[in-house]
Amino acid sequence: MKKPDRKSVIFFLESNAVPILFLIIISIGVPYSGFSVDYLVQEIIIRLSRNSFLVLSLLVPIMAGMGLNFGMVLGAMAGQIGLIFVTNWNIVGLQGIGLAMILSIPLSILLGWMSGKILNMAKGREMVTGFILAFFMNGVYQLVVLYGMGSIIPIGNPSMVLSRGYGIRNTVNLINIRQTLDSLIPLKIGNIQIPVATFMVIALVCLFIVWFRKTKLGQDMRAIGQDMHVAESAGINVERTRIIAIIISTVLAGFGMILYLQNIGTLNTYNSHEQVGMFSIAALLVGGASVNKGKISHAFLGVTLFHLMFVISPMAGKNLIGQAQLGEYFRVFVSYGVISIALVLYAYRKLKEKERAGTALAEAQEEK
Amino acid sequence: MSQNAPLLEMRNVTKDFFGNVVLKDVSFSIERGEILGLVGENGAGKTTLMKILFGMTVIQDTGGYGGEILLEGKPVSYKSPLEALDDGIGMVHQEFSLLPGFTATENILLNRESTNYNFMTELFGDRMRTLDRAEMKTRAEKAIEKVGVKLDENTPVSEMPVGHKQFTEIARELEKENVKLLVLDEPTAVLTESEAEILLKSMRKLSEEGIAIIFISHRLQEIIEITDKTLVLRDGRIIQETPTDQTDIEEIAQAMVGREIHAEGDRAEVRTFNAPHLIVNNLWVDMPGETVRNISLEINKGEIFGIGGLAGQGKLGIPNGIMGLYPAGGEVRIDGKTIPLNNPREALDASMAFVSEDRRDVGLLLDEPIDWNISFTGMQMQKRFLKPVLGGLFRLRDDKAIEDIANHYIEALEIKCMSPRQKAKELSGGNQQKVCLAKAFVVEPDILFVSEPTRGIDVGAKKIVLDTLKEYNREKGTTIIIISSELEELRSISDRIAIVDEGRISGILPASEPSKAFGLLMLGKVDSKGDSK
Amino acid sequence: MNPLQKVVEKTGWPRLIIGLFLLSLFIIAPFAGVKISTSLNDTLVRFGMNGILVLAMVPMIHSGCGLNFGLPLGIIAGLLGGTLSMQLGATGPMSFFIAILLATPFAVIFGWGYGALLNRVKGGEMMIATYVGFSSVAFMCIMWLLLPYNNPTMIWGYGGTGLRTTISVEGYYLHALSDFLAIRIGDFVFPTGMILFVLLLNFLVWVFMRTRTGTAMTAVGSNPVFAKASGVNIDRTRTISVILSTWLGAIGILVYQQSFGFIQLYMGPFYMAFPAVAAILIGGASVNKASILNVLIGAFLFQGILTMTPSVMNSLIQTDMSEVIRIIVSNGMIIYALTRVKKGAK
Repeated sequence: MKKPDRKSVIFFLESNAVPILFLIIISIGVPYSGFSVDYLVQEIIIRLSRNSFLVLSLLVPIMAGMGLNFGMVLGAMAGQIGLIFVTNWNIVGLQGIGLAMILSIPLSILLGWMSGKILNMAKGREMVTGFILAFFMNGVYQLVVLYGMGSIIPIGNPSMVLSRGYGIRNTVNLINIRQTLDSLIPLKIGNIQIPVATFMVIALVCLFIVWFRKTKLGQDMRAIGQDMHVAESAGINVERTRIIAIIISTVLAGFGMILYLQNIGTLNTYNSHEQVGMFSIAALLVGGASVNKGKISHAFLGVTLFHLMFVISPMAGKNLIGQAQLGEYFRVFVSYGVISIALVLYAYRKLKEKERAGTALAEAQEEK
Repeated sequence: MSQNAPLLEMRNVTKDFFGNVVLKDVSFSIERGEILGLVGENGAGKTTLMKILFGMTVIQDTGGYGGEILLEGKPVSYKSPLEALDDGIGMVHQEFSLLPGFTATENILLNRESTNYNFMTELFGDRMRTLDRAEMKTRAEKAIEKVGVKLDENTPVSEMPVGHKQFTEIARELEKENVKLLVLDEPTAVLTESEAEILLKSMRKLSEEGIAIIFISHRLQEIIEITDKTLVLRDGRIIQETPTDQTDIEEIAQAMVGREIHAEGDRAEVRTFNAPHLIVNNLWVDMPGETVRNISLEINKGEIFGIGGLAGQGKLGIPNGIMGLYPAGGEVRIDGKTIPLNNPREALDASMAFVSEDRRDVGLLLDEPIDWNISFTGMQMQKRFLKPVLGGLFRLRDDKAIEDIANHYIEALEIKCMSPRQKAKELSGGNQQKVCLAKAFVVEPDILFVSEPTRGIDVGAKKIVLDTLKEYNREKGTTIIIISSELEELRSISDRIAIVDEGRISGILPASEPSKAFGLLMLGKVDSKGDSK
Repeated sequence: MNPLQKVVEKTGWPRLIIGLFLLSLFIIAPFAGVKISTSLNDTLVRFGMNGILVLAMVPMIHSGCGLNFGLPLGIIAGLLGGTLSMQLGATGPMSFFIAILLATPFAVIFGWGYGALLNRVKGGEMMIATYVGFSSVAFMCIMWLLLPYNNPTMIWGYGGTGLRTTISVEGYYLHALSDFLAIRIGDFVFPTGMILFVLLLNFLVWVFMRTRTGTAMTAVGSNPVFAKASGVNIDRTRTISVILSTWLGAIGILVYQQSFGFIQLYMGPFYMAFPAVAAILIGGASVNKASILNVLIGAFLFQGILTMTPSVMNSLIQTDMSEVIRIIVSNGMIIYALTRVKKGAK
């Protein structure tokens, strides 16, 4: 190995700017927050088990060149509908989680297929379309859950239904399945609880992604991600493959949402899914991913850094300036800010790359 | 399947784009293992012919084609290039269709990867098979060997020199099991001399193995050297079909450009100039595909100066660089005054105007009406077509004046349209070109660059365009620099012609010199690269 | 193709459905016991309130920057203008014009920076604009807490620091425009001043689009390379359009507030871009073409639906589904527009 020269150091800093920035924010914030190390470690483990699956669901569309799948919210909705039914039928424990997942699959496939179709009509602007699509489907979701359930779709459990006789209440207690997976295989190291079974499920999805990259389908997605036209002319069915990528992401997001909610224990019927897309995307980006590059390691690093920032900022804000509110706004700002930066850097680099081809000759002439 | 039938036969293939005939009664055949050289100027119909063969969707979208194509005696009509591939017809494109982030192996085997079985395929089908990297490597190596080059199959394409990219593409075609016919579209254009040599060698090898090749090239030397049969296309017709050993470069060149005798009589009077007006020193321009390396020119006031050369040699880079549309360096002076580069505004301010070769992307506002297109530059650069409002407080678009000037040019240039408010995209190519000329004429430039003014337009429109330019030059004394791939067109209108080869001037001759002299300059036969330095 | 099909083709299905939907609402309204005059009045008022926010889409669409999802940035400039005007002690209708005056420099500076950013990310404008809007709203949340405002009507009453989430503009610029020359017929009030102001700004933008710079703007949006070859400075033209859009956003929110009666700070401006985007699309604009007519029709149709659905629906089925309908209509319209962009002019 030769010694790293200045250029490569700068390159390293440049390509990892976001994680490094976060490390700096956190290392300033942690002492001010006043939290103990044990507490923070426990928090990180909880958050990893809670959020990693959701974040991992974003990787497949990135591979297929479709950018950050803001439409993953659709999967989250499917997962929630699965949970509503399971709770309604009063199915307890692992069976409940399993059944909710099974219920979510056909819904996710349907939503993913629709989403993929629409994104195929908006090539080159997949992200903004997926983003609006999430809003749009939120309206449809409300139509179904707030007006359809209990009136057209029978809901037997009266505690879930609004007093007017139809529509699901704002919160659904998921006591039946609450943390059943997390506590399936209990493990405690010192004061720290580790949800082994959940991590095993997460490991499984990681293995799936690693394996998937080696399949023919995975290879096709990589090809499409680089150049749709070349892939098309080689006989790869581009549109279909892109739809499959979105379906896989949507199904995984549905599972992820179920895991997430089994940890939280209550479903905010009309809000839980709204934030999930934004937080998952922000976390992945914080881990060093970009619009066209996402690795499993980015997901874990991202969840750790992003949620650490989330945990500490209200307290750090309070101790620094005397206002917890400020810390809360700060973390909202950072979540949006980090997505903005990632989007800007991506678009800027893409534009620059186009220009760089042009400067090659200029440089050659200068050196003469 | 008759063994006597030729491998591929085209019978009376005819094609028109909205009434503009681009191919007429094209018939030829090619045998197994034969190398057919297909030559013709840009726009002669070579590309369209190949598009028909491969069943590109653009052909169906524009009304299909006439005549028939037979493969081994059986009529075929492909709906997509993939169907052609299935029948063993492969194509190596002028532009690379490779994935930059994939290795040579991955590109060569794109969508034909070797895979292994696993249980998931039972559930989700064959695309769940995993890649067999070892097998893929052997297959890629074999294909590369077939081409006869040394190539690291693990290098990502983005890190390859251009030549290797070309070889990767060819290897990809050869890797296909049943390949019978290979179409190579200008494969040597991007290669160095030694690389081209290797390519020609491997072509010979392939033909020995029974693979037929259609070789499209501007480099006539290569055509002579390697092909069995030469086919010359001009204006959509076959002009010459001869066994290559019975012809020579000059005869082919003659057939390609044609109109020799006719054009000779048409030439303008010999004019002499001695007032250097536009001086270009050591210009380089970074225009992708048309790189200008080092060019120096002196163009006289009132002259029509032609710039010719083969596609990709850099002739188009010259006006694009001077006008500030692509990164450029060097020195440009008009009457002794230096014009800053890389800023279109400076170039326009110096009273230069440019009619781009790229009508659709540079020359026109396709979604806007004709009158906007014609008046826009004049309005932006010279603040014309504006009328003061509120006692001169500010100025608004003068729609009347805009329409008037549009009507003036619609009449003068015979632009066929329904009204000056018709959108530019609804016009035919020839009429679009006239709109582009009108846009340049409106600003009444001192120096006018016209790039490929007759590309893709029909014969009638061609004549009007050229006559208009000539007239404009005579009447207004405007210095015109015309860049064209069609030599005879240049010779019919220019006073002097410079030929560009590999980004440098290979020679400047009066237009009255015989075609052959220019042809030789184009083909790089005269080593005069030192002169331009 | 028969004439009916042609009309459908030209208008587009979603637009047609929305138009028919609104028409049917107006027809049903009397039978459902909803007073047309109130509905019409509400629609007019909301048209006036939102008209300029919708207009703020036009310059950026023209210059090829796409739909201005970054509208919150302009709104923030307006909020700064409004709050500063109150802080400085201006009262009555005068405070409205001072607010506009104070908002202008902010809008110009924000718009300039925003434009410079968008010039560096050509091709990815809309997504970035959305997040620039979001981030700036979140950033201002922090600033509203920290900035040293001290007008007692604006800050938290109980010893807290920072501005309230909603601030009443009563005594300041409440109905500064709406009451000007207002015409009252029974309970129908025509907010003449506001409507005139909206029309005036629409007219000014229309005039601007016919100047040399405005023409250049359209050309840049239509074909940037053509514009460049004609000596137009693309980046500069785009920046001007962004500044103009941002400024219109600032004015737009002030007009909105003077009618609404409150300044909404913190997360208030967060989602304000979407109704405006939806409105101009409903009015017939696309991602790269928009006219003043699109603004007027769109603002009227969209606001008409927003006012009519709750009242008609409520009296028909005793359920307020208006929120859901709003979400589906507005976002559905945006998706429709996004999926109909022709990539390149080829």
